[in-house]
Amino acid sequence: MVEVSRRTVLKGAGALGASMLPVAAVANAAEAQDAHGHMAQAAPASPQAAPASTPAPSPAEPTTYLFLNSDEAAFIEAAVARLIPKDDQWGGALEAGVPNYIDKQLAGAWGAGERLYRSGPWMPGTPTQGYQLPFTPAELFRTALRAINAEQAQHRFADMSAEEQDNYLKTLQDGSSKDLGGIPANVFFSQLFQSTLEGFFSDPVYGGNKDMLSWRMIGFPGAYASYYDLVDQHGIKLDRAPTSLAENARGHIMVNPGIPARSP
Amino acid sequence: MADVLPSVDVITIGVGLTGAMAGLELAKLGLKVVGLERGSPRDTVPDFQSPAIHDELRFSIRKAMMQDNTKVAVTFRNSSDQTALPVRRWEGFLPGQGLGGAFVHWNGQTYRAQVADFIYRTHLIQRYGEKFLEACGPELTIQDWGVTYDELEPYYDRFEYLCGVSGKAGNIKGQTQPGGNPLEAPRAREYPTPPMKEPYFAAIFRKGAESLGYHPYPQPSANLSQPYTNPEGLELQQCVFCGFCERYACEHFAKASPQTIVLPKLLKMSNYELRCNCEVLRINLDSTGKKATGVTYIDAAGREYEQPADLVLLTAFSLNNVRTLLLSKIGEPYDPKTGTGVIGRNYAYQTTGGATVFLDESINVNPFMASGANGTIIDDFGGDNFDHSQLGFIGGQYVGAIVTNGRPIEFHPTPPGTPTWGLQWKKAVVQHYNHTIAVQQHGTSTASRLNYLDLDPTYKDAWGQPLLRMTFDFPDNDTRMSQYVADKVVQIGNAMGGKMVVRGGTKRPYNSTVYQTTHNCGGAIMGADPRTSAVNRFQQSWEVPNVFSIGASSFPQNFTYNPSGTVGALAYWTLDAIKNQYLKSPGPLVPS
Repeated sequence: MVEVSRRTVLKGAGALGASMLPVAAVANAAEAQDAHGHMAQAAPASPQAAPASTPAPSPAEPTTYLFLNSDEAAFIEAAVARLIPKDDQWGGALEAGVPNYIDKQLAGAWGAGERLYRSGPWMPGTPTQGYQLPFTPAELFRTALRAINAEQAQHRFADMSAEEQDNYLKTLQDGSSKDLGGIPANVFFSQLFQSTLEGFFSDPVYGGNKDMLSWRMIGFPGAYASYYDLVDQHGIKLDRAPTSLAENARGHIMVNPGIPARSP
Repeated sequence: MADVLPSVDVITIGVGLTGAMAGLELAKLGLKVVGLERGSPRDTVPDFQSPAIHDELRFSIRKAMMQDNTKVAVTFRNSSDQTALPVRRWEGFLPGQGLGGAFVHWNGQTYRAQVADFIYRTHLIQRYGEKFLEACGPELTIQDWGVTYDELEPYYDRFEYLCGVSGKAGNIKGQTQPGGNPLEAPRAREYPTPPMKEPYFAAIFRKGAESLGYHPYPQPSANLSQPYTNPEGLELQQCVFCGFCERYACEHFAKASPQTIVLPKLLKMSNYELRCNCEVLRINLDSTGKKATGVTYIDAAGREYEQPADLVLLTAFSLNNVRTLLLSKIGEPYDPKTGTGVIGRNYAYQTTGGATVFLDESINVNPFMASGANGTIIDDFGGDNFDHSQLGFIGGQYVGAIVTNGRPIEFHPTPPGTPTWGLQWKKAVVQHYNHTIAVQQHGTSTASRLNYLDLDPTYKDAWGQPLLRMTFDFPDNDTRMSQYVADKVVQIGNAMGGKMVVRGGTKRPYNSTVYQTTHNCGGAIMGADPRTSAVNRFQQSWEVPNVFSIGASSFPQNFTYNPSGTVGALAYWTLDAIKNQYLKSPGPLVPS
């Protein structure tokens, strides 16, 4: 696998125009020489097969941002890379395709306010009463990101050092009095981190958790359906590649981020 | 204007657990029964199939199986001096929706309450005296149920055999049984099926609890340990510990749900009619206000109907039973200022807590190999199983390792002091994910005059009707209780070999944004006195005798355990009273 530094990737994306060829796609293109390895190792039948700790790179999947504009994408890509960074063993949120996950969620039903009660009047409420802003998730991200990017017109988040980025994210996290176009900064941060967590750990069918990176990292077997014969083998080390509900019989991941949140 | 439909014998408002049970019991008599369900029809095949059902984002995070809150939400506040605001996303509690109701996506934890729970006030005064009770909190409004454990025992038994519950009896007719819960109320016979396999986390808890002299036992489970055919002739299969139970439907026919234990038989009956996607607006009353004439509902296409009926059964989720009574003006709404009125009175919840036990990294817990009810637990601190005379509170909690999943968006424990994001957070998640056990506390919720349900003055549903308003905070009694048990849980966590044990226990204020349970109960409580209860001991409205309100809304306060077993027992108890008494002579079953 070719190492692509985050700095290189981000600069490349900026030069090309993020809306057409986003960061994740650039990174994937660099990794694509090991393409198709995933298919060969997919879906082992027994717990002993296929070590879970070797992520198999999958083919490049150029993503097109449907919701985020280039400025928004630049912030999201840089921010998620700090919220869940890559380390010497495992990729982070950027490598897992979390910006793509967030983009598709914001572009779809969830972004539009699915499962959000949206009648006024609107009042701030107490912390125990939960989210009380009129913004849908799509409106929340768009509004907050516009405020952030306006604030950083001279020194963009994506161009900061990692330490500067972390400090800025902390000001958002602690910033209940910091206003982002009517959204308290801590509310935006909390949603940004929750979305990052979802994109990192959810099934790859939603366009994040690429190659089930996070599941391999912690040893979660994914959508596997039965442990009847294993549950009383106390302490057994389950060393098997995880499975996704998006996998077809050949091990292809069939991405479908538009699954609605309603009962079957 | 509403189309008036031909009259039927019985309507159930809601076709979840109790609606399906009522439909079957009454249709068997030859009555014409209509089930009105606000959600969609759905069945194991083709709707609950793998792999699509194993989707954490869709079902756990986005709450796909829950009540459509864009149409009907609930408003919430901690106290009556605050302004209630809508719960805009379900988080703290999760009312279900759809055919089968919440009994489709429940965990299957199927308990009985204890003898003392049904005579709670009488029992506590007998044991500790009135002064003690008063000192626990003058705002507490606990009361007896009007029905006793001995009366309900045959109905518990029948419900457990309907579900095929897997467990080990601890007390059969007064004889202690090895392997079961020695502190349980006496039961007539053994569980229908043996306990589930004990997962590693449960075995670790068992060892720790035993070393301290406690009495661990296998959690009774409606996810079955072996194939089973219930008395209705319906077959259930063996649970395979897939780790997608609570908030999910079961694709394996292994979890007791209306779809597995009742509906296949009921839906074949020609005198039963299911109407889904129908929102009941209200129960209609005649000019005296003492008799229900039927219901008004709106179907999926927006058409309004009036469905006349002789008997109307409220068989929805507890909160929705209470709301329908309020919208229908059946019974006097509770007034917290004067303490008068009954509808909305004694809303209670469940007091939880628990510790996080971080183990050595050589121990693979494998939390994802789990069913919804495969814990090992102790009852040593449950209810009034221990002497409270020096403790200054009433009530208690069961304690157990009840790991139901290792789904990582929800479960990624890190020790205190870990940064909440970034590289150190990520490393801590990797380090602890498979080596951590959450030990739960689950217990009594004491009714208080400060906690109640009424109609919200401001916020409306999709049909323009007021939302239900919830006013709730934990009474100090309950936080004292939970903190007392939390100390015991830390000792157990240490005995389990915890390298680090993070103490839990409930604190005020109650937070509607943190999931605790969906054991919302009370608000249309049962009792012996029409001045302090909405329904009599048969769950029959005191005011409108051809309306019965069935479910956890009838609990005068909440006991230690998960409510479903008692909801099922109460449903059979009431349906027997309807069959054997009410239908022979329609009218009040208890003089008011």
